[in-house]
Amino acid sequence: MDSVTEKKDARNRSFVYFWTNRYLYLLLVPCVVYFIVFNYVPMYGLVIAFKDFRFSRGIMGSPWVGLDNFRHLFGLADFYRVFGNSLMLSFLRLVICFPIPIILSLAINEIPFLKYKRAAQTMVYLPYFISWVVIGGILVNLLSPSWGIINLVIRNFGGEPIFFLGSSSYFRGIALVSHVWKNAGWETIIYLAAITSINQELYEAATIDGASRLQRIRYVTLPGIKPTIIILLLLAIGHLMNNGFEQIFVIQNNSNLQVSEVFETYTYRLGLVNGRFSFAATVGMFSSSVGFILLLTANKIAKLLGEEGIF
Amino acid sequence: MSDISIPPAMHKNTPRKPRTRILRSKGDYALEGFCVIFVGIFAVCCLIPFLYVFFVSFMSYNEYLANPLRIFPREFVLQAYRQIWGYDLFRSGYRVTLIITVGGTALSVFLLTISAYPLSKPHLKGRKFVMGMILFTMFFNGGMIPNFILIRNLGIHNTLWALILPGCISAFHLILMKNFVRITVSESLEEAAKIDGANDLRILFSVVVPLLKPAIATMIVFNAVHYWNNYFSAMLYVSSRRLWPLMLVLRELVVEDTSMVSPVSQMLTAESRSHPFTLRMAAIVITILPILAIYPFMQRYFVKGISLGSVKE
Repeated sequence: MDSVTEKKDARNRSFVYFWTNRYLYLLLVPCVVYFIVFNYVPMYGLVIAFKDFRFSRGIMGSPWVGLDNFRHLFGLADFYRVFGNSLMLSFLRLVICFPIPIILSLAINEIPFLKYKRAAQTMVYLPYFISWVVIGGILVNLLSPSWGIINLVIRNFGGEPIFFLGSSSYFRGIALVSHVWKNAGWETIIYLAAITSINQELYEAATIDGASRLQRIRYVTLPGIKPTIIILLLLAIGHLMNNGFEQIFVIQNNSNLQVSEVFETYTYRLGLVNGRFSFAATVGMFSSSVGFILLLTANKIAKLLGEEGIF
Repeated sequence: MSDISIPPAMHKNTPRKPRTRILRSKGDYALEGFCVIFVGIFAVCCLIPFLYVFFVSFMSYNEYLANPLRIFPREFVLQAYRQIWGYDLFRSGYRVTLIITVGGTALSVFLLTISAYPLSKPHLKGRKFVMGMILFTMFFNGGMIPNFILIRNLGIHNTLWALILPGCISAFHLILMKNFVRITVSESLEEAAKIDGANDLRILFSVVVPLLKPAIATMIVFNAVHYWNNYFSAMLYVSSRRLWPLMLVLRELVVEDTSMVSPVSQMLTAESRSHPFTLRMAAIVITILPILAIYPFMQRYFVKGISLGSVKE
């Protein structure tokens, strides 16, 4: 008897709660619907990796093929090349491109002339707002063997023109440099915000203790922004499998395909160019799963080392 | 005890010396000098490609041919601009991009605002679940192919909606916005409005939204730039050239068309006055012009928006 009324009470109470907050829930509806349709439905769509998907039959109606697609994928020499390319490029980006914004923001922070600092910041944030198509277009045209200004200079000095974008050996360098050019300045914003939130008294105390500028960076600034660095590092590790379609695709061509084919462009070629949807989804599923596992592992390790993780 | 241990110069009541008067060692000066030079070089490198593209785009055909290494044009001619603007596909791409940028940004900012408000209420039941659902999408997603199938199945393939809806609510932007709402909006203000008899919708639109101006400005910047620059959605979801946004047109002109055939050379046979190279540079300038034009005004917003919004919960 008591438990029945209690249950009824609880139901009433949650209804009252829901009713008083009905507008807040109403506001959330579009967002929840959006995330279900545009994020969770595609996750369900990944089942086509275990099917032989045909548009005419739909996702439900296509026949199951078990792990056939994965077996085929793991037996393909192309797959290992693409996997290697993706990892190599991400690894280089982590080692070379990740520290640059940290160094840059430390340097910006040490600039004593306020106007100079502001002007520099305005300039370094700008490339972030430029499309990869534009950056790719500038690269293609400046590096062109026949009319690019760099090769014209080389030819003027009597050298042989180099087809930079057509050679495998230059591709990674170009990808890394253009990535730094576009993103490094922008990424300083978060580090600079973290630096501003460091307690000023720490700097004063360090100065009184006779610390030099370099020592203050080493013992106050760097430890102060360490949590920020770790979170961004974890996110970068979680994105090791993503090389960014928009960047790679604009500087990719048939002659550098050997090193420039990464998971995103490979999936595009398989699925949208060749129409092998199930197989392309298998590739996509593989890369996002590995990425997710990497993120979880990195997060776990960070926590074991006593740092604050992402979750 | 304490009187002895605190040297008089450091006593709390003595005025603090300004930081600039702290004696610096040679090493400190060297470090400062290094930073000034390093940042200066980096900043100049960020700007050089723009300046080069800009100057070359104004060069006349003869001047460029006479010396392709020339950087600064002797006289500024608009020939390349006239020619690129005469290209139908370029103009239609510009129009498509304008429509999706304005429409997409408006929709996106509206959705972000109404979603961030309930998500910023710490005590709202079910909020944690929804936040988890949103966060998870940042780390795992279906990827290109299932998204392509989704767009096909929704029937918005080859429409402007296919360029607007994917990426309309970004999980990252939503979290920034939610953090911003929590920091800027005080509960007492909402309580006061509630006592006055306003419901949550009224509070959102007449009390909260005016306080969110900097955040809304930041989101307008981010989304407008996203819609302006994105070409991936169009490559996947749009096949008719009539619906090509500017970036796809530009890609065909400046990235794909390195063989000197098709669009650019067709333009050249029609009116062979600009060099294909200067023509491409002009196309790039027209494409980035709107961004360069609003960039000085948006800088203070995005820096503030990112810095405030990225505070962890």
